[in-house]
Amino acid sequence: MNYWIKCSRFFCLSILMMGSIISVSAQEEDDLLSLLGDTEPETELVYATFKTSRIINLQSIENTAAGVLDFKIAHRFGVLNGGFYDLFGLDQASMRIGVDYGLTRWLTIGLGRSSFEKTYDGFTKIKLLRQSTGKKKMPLSLSLFAGSAIKTVAFSEPERDNYFSSRMYYTYQGILARKFSEGFSLQLSPTVVHRNLVKTKAEKNDVYALGMGGRLKLSKRTSINAEYIYLAPNQVAPDIKNSFSIGFDIETGGHVFQLHFTNSTSMIEKGFVSESVGNWLDGDVHFGFNVSRVFTLKKK
Amino acid sequence: MMMIIKKMIFILLVLVSGNQLVAQKYFTKKGEVSFFSHAPMEDIKAVSNTGSSVLDAANGKLQWAVLIKSFAFTKALMQEHFNENYMESTQFPKAKFTGTIDNMTAIDLKKDGEYNAQVSGVLEIHGKEKKIATNAKFLVAKGKIIATSVFKVYLADYGIEIPSVVKDKIAKEVEISIKSNYELLDKM
Repeated sequence: MNYWIKCSRFFCLSILMMGSIISVSAQEEDDLLSLLGDTEPETELVYATFKTSRIINLQSIENTAAGVLDFKIAHRFGVLNGGFYDLFGLDQASMRIGVDYGLTRWLTIGLGRSSFEKTYDGFTKIKLLRQSTGKKKMPLSLSLFAGSAIKTVAFSEPERDNYFSSRMYYTYQGILARKFSEGFSLQLSPTVVHRNLVKTKAEKNDVYALGMGGRLKLSKRTSINAEYIYLAPNQVAPDIKNSFSIGFDIETGGHVFQLHFTNSTSMIEKGFVSESVGNWLDGDVHFGFNVSRVFTLKKK
Repeated sequence: MMMIIKKMIFILLVLVSGNQLVAQKYFTKKGEVSFFSHAPMEDIKAVSNTGSSVLDAANGKLQWAVLIKSFAFTKALMQEHFNENYMESTQFPKAKFTGTIDNMTAIDLKKDGEYNAQVSGVLEIHGKEKKIATNAKFLVAKGKIIATSVFKVYLADYGIEIPSVVKDKIAKEVEISIKSNYELLDKM
């Protein structure tokens, strides 16, 4: 009797030990790293929703990184329906030279000068929310943009009382964007353009518009971009059209080349939102490009 | 007779399980992994301090893993391109090493000293695996264990393409340095 108790106790002990050995060796066959346990998921910010800080004309959700200067040259040639005589618009060109600078990772400022109506512009862009996954989930990114422009071309009616304030234009824009996948991003840009002086009483000083833009990546370094800016009715002169642009981005190291077709001549908000006159159906379309070159002024 | 067999089994079991108890595993979650490449126009370097590793001193088995997105660069755009264009880190989030220290018997991590280790195994970067062999050093002093290693990898081995326009900025060969403090893993 005593023997059997002893024996069964021993048996149980052996089984227990066997069991522990088996479990240990089973664990060993697994990933050694799994012994460290599940690491807490960290918040992962979404990067590169767009290749650069413009979709085509519209500001994209991207900010210039802190300490980085982005030198931008943009051209819009004449209209394609100018025909062979104007080499499909290449004889004329409107341009903007500008710089964007990242003061911090959430604040970008920019300055530029457009040949079209000799206009100077300046802007501030603030990042409020960033799309992220992991611990903190944020479905989209949000930025605010505020810009002003000074038209310095001589007044068309010099005999009239002209005020400096009549040269000023202001733009306020919210930028909502989401990178749906590696290759596909969408953006919405509700916009208000305020014009101090308009031509007729029928035209509104405040113009409300909704910009929409997206990109589809073709490869790691190229993408197709498009944008459309819808103007609410009865705000602008009847010949003003909604801006529509379609383009192609190529990124090569520190440069981004953007080639596109657009019915807007101007490359700043007050112009392409509220003054686009080209009709796509008539071929009133400009070929154009933006070239961006970044310089890292301050290293992290 | 019965008793002797029982005793033998018991001793055997104690021996085997005792061996398991002696088996010491070491780990780090703050391993430093850095890389450096020199090209005619640009030197590129980046560092991550969140590499994790487990070393089983009983059999020399060694594993490493590091998140590609954890590498920090001095130039923001470089970091973006590294993730977007070269490492495709959303698709291939980790680099991993699984291998062994082939001369583990000559290394005593409980005794102060400097030990040379021969490491071999499989390195996985950008979703591609390749066998590598390299040397490492273990420095044991006052219970602290510091492991270091420097080795080179060829980007082409891991399917990382360099377009011709940037070939003067990115070298084909990258030097990887690893440094970590191993601590005893108390898993029970």
